[in-house]
Amino acid sequence: MAIFPPQTRIWWNEPVAKAELVWISVAFLWGLIMFFMMIYWHIYGQQNLSTQVGRIDPAVFEQRTNEFAEKFRIRDEGDTGVPVVRPPPGGDAYMLARTFDWWPVLELEKGKPYKLHISSVDLQHGFSLLPINMNIQVHPGLEHIITITPTEAGTYGVVCNEYCGLGHHQMTGRIYVVEPGQGG
Amino acid sequence: MSTVATESDYIGKLAAKFRTCPATGLKVDLAAERLIKANAVAAVVFLAIGGTFGLLVALTRWPAVHLLSSDMFYLVLTAHGLDVLLLWIIFFEMAILYFASAVILSSRIAAPRWGWVGFALMVVGGLMTNVAVLQGDSSVMFTSYVPLKAQPHFYLGLILFAVGALIGCFIFLGTLVIAKEEKTYEGSIPLVTFGALTACIIAVFTIASGAIILVPTFLWSVGYIANIDTLTYKLVWWAMGHSSQQINVSAHVAVWYLIAAVTVGAKPLSEKVSRTAFLLYIFFLQLASAHHLLVEPGLSSEWKIVNTSYMMYLAVLGSMIHGMTVPGSIEAAQRKSGYTRGVFEWLRKAPWGNPAFAGMFLSLVMFGFLGGITGVILGTEQLNIIMHNTLYVPGHFHATVVTGTTLAFMAVTYLVVPLIFQRQIIWPKLARLQPYLFGFGAAGISLFMMGAGTLGVARRHWDISFADALLPYGYPPMASLMMGLNGLSAILAATGGALYVLITVGSILFGKKVDETNAVASLGPMPKKVVREAVTKYGNAGTWHLPGTYVLVGIFFTTFILYYFVNWKYLSELWPMQ
Repeated sequence: MAIFPPQTRIWWNEPVAKAELVWISVAFLWGLIMFFMMIYWHIYGQQNLSTQVGRIDPAVFEQRTNEFAEKFRIRDEGDTGVPVVRPPPGGDAYMLARTFDWWPVLELEKGKPYKLHISSVDLQHGFSLLPINMNIQVHPGLEHIITITPTEAGTYGVVCNEYCGLGHHQMTGRIYVVEPGQGG
Repeated sequence: MSTVATESDYIGKLAAKFRTCPATGLKVDLAAERLIKANAVAAVVFLAIGGTFGLLVALTRWPAVHLLSSDMFYLVLTAHGLDVLLLWIIFFEMAILYFASAVILSSRIAAPRWGWVGFALMVVGGLMTNVAVLQGDSSVMFTSYVPLKAQPHFYLGLILFAVGALIGCFIFLGTLVIAKEEKTYEGSIPLVTFGALTACIIAVFTIASGAIILVPTFLWSVGYIANIDTLTYKLVWWAMGHSSQQINVSAHVAVWYLIAAVTVGAKPLSEKVSRTAFLLYIFFLQLASAHHLLVEPGLSSEWKIVNTSYMMYLAVLGSMIHGMTVPGSIEAAQRKSGYTRGVFEWLRKAPWGNPAFAGMFLSLVMFGFLGGITGVILGTEQLNIIMHNTLYVPGHFHATVVTGTTLAFMAVTYLVVPLIFQRQIIWPKLARLQPYLFGFGAAGISLFMMGAGTLGVARRHWDISFADALLPYGYPPMASLMMGLNGLSAILAATGGALYVLITVGSILFGKKVDETNAVASLGPMPKKVVREAVTKYGNAGTWHLPGTYVLVGIFFTTFILYYFVNWKYLSELWPMQ
């Protein structure tokens, strides 16, 4: 029994039964398949996080986001005072995380690629784009630069899903995706 | 010098007092027994506290109930993680280490006084961190990601606790040396002790990682260090945080083998295979820190892929091996006892009325299906992006540490109370029910949280209705339903948990004394009274026909493959990104 020493002293020379060997081989192969699946997806898949990342001073990121918002602002979001910003297709878009909001609101065109820059100016935050359920960790001092291409028009919510303090559940943002040439 | 050492060895040998266990014939060092009792009791106390906090969390996340205020919610959530994930489990693991070394090897325990020093440090540390959290200004969650800052004594308590646990690890190792030296057993250590040794080795790595990150973080919290890098913190913190889950896996797999041995007389199918599977844990599990860094900026994909897969899933291979050898050894033992009809008579006629066996088997199945498969999916580099930090994550780890580890530890308690505390279980009928209540409740928690997670519901979040957010977002109504079902499951699990605490404490205080006449009967119903008979022959050709196990493993593997590729399908529907 498992609570007594092995009965055969030289247990490491005991033969392993065939069924056990089969399962070990199958499990090992399955591990290899899962391992190479990740590499395969980097080559052929469409959804891979960019590794293009830079260290950035949070103050610099904040300044760039402000300049970006000023340059491409098209309206305010209702009476919230948050600008809605529409970057040119193919261009850079900035979204800044801070306690407790995602800033600014973005308006993107469907089917067009954007270089999305995300970073935090204070704590760690979690960028959760809903309802498509795309979740990215955001650190202060590190900048994600991800080329994304929205596939469907609609209103998307951005929620913080990394706990960031007592107002964590109020930290939200928004992204509009419109048909090309519409909106504004 | 050497004379002194020999002399103190000799004194230690003389001072040790033993009793003989009437059920197993093992010699039990009374000093080890006292340490096991103390650690087990502390574990159950913290389980009761932390479990209550868990129920409050679930009731708050149930939109129709929404019990606590936001401040209290984040406080209670921090305390819940601390008390159950750390204190309950590690205290219990200390008891397992002492049991698997001193008791199973019939040896005297090494340096029992140091064992008490370690225990005291763990109690003081655990209480200190609890006080910090309950004071209200350390609601930083169990992970305490910098630059979120807690009070200094939050970190200090964790450090003291870890030092205490480290002492326990060294006592375990010392006891192995003594047992070998004094020849209390022949040949190699038993498989259960080997599993505990695996847990101990990983624990030393884990605690070292904890010291590397918590000591500077403590200094930062008192102002001696200006800045802690957020990414480095996460990398090293999870070298502790995730590895400590591998301590749990090693410990609860050892407990599976232990319970299977005692309740149905199961022997490992092959010592070589089972031990190699444990060895794979030691070699590869510490890479798991990457699981928490897959959607992080600043790390290369190559690093993520190699680490998150434990170097080509070699540690997963270890678990998949145990997933066959544990039920396989049970089937072999049952067939030997005469339950040979059909494919599943051995399983139908298993001692389901014995809470130790029932808890163990539920733990095995739920850990594999709910915890294991989802863990691999979560830990796949690209797939992580559709689940990271959603409720899917706590859904997954409640399957591993609650239905897996906690349920296994509860199950073994039904053997520890009669064997170590020498008391019979009171309320045997309720005890029979307990693993089912707790197991199915916890499985519900896990499933419904994962369900909510696939809808994008965030973890650690007080209000998914976003009532006072500037730009509210509305989750689909299904999310609220999931959270309601999660709340109901939590009530079920809490009932099972409360029953466990009452039965354990009640039995220790008021249970009938166990003696030679009732020792084996006190271990609960069994298919055959095999505990004392040393059925030590190997699973040879006669026992190697295990059709039931092949079917179970086949179902598991098919589920695994289907669910794996379904998630790639979901991923492919996401916005293209690079």
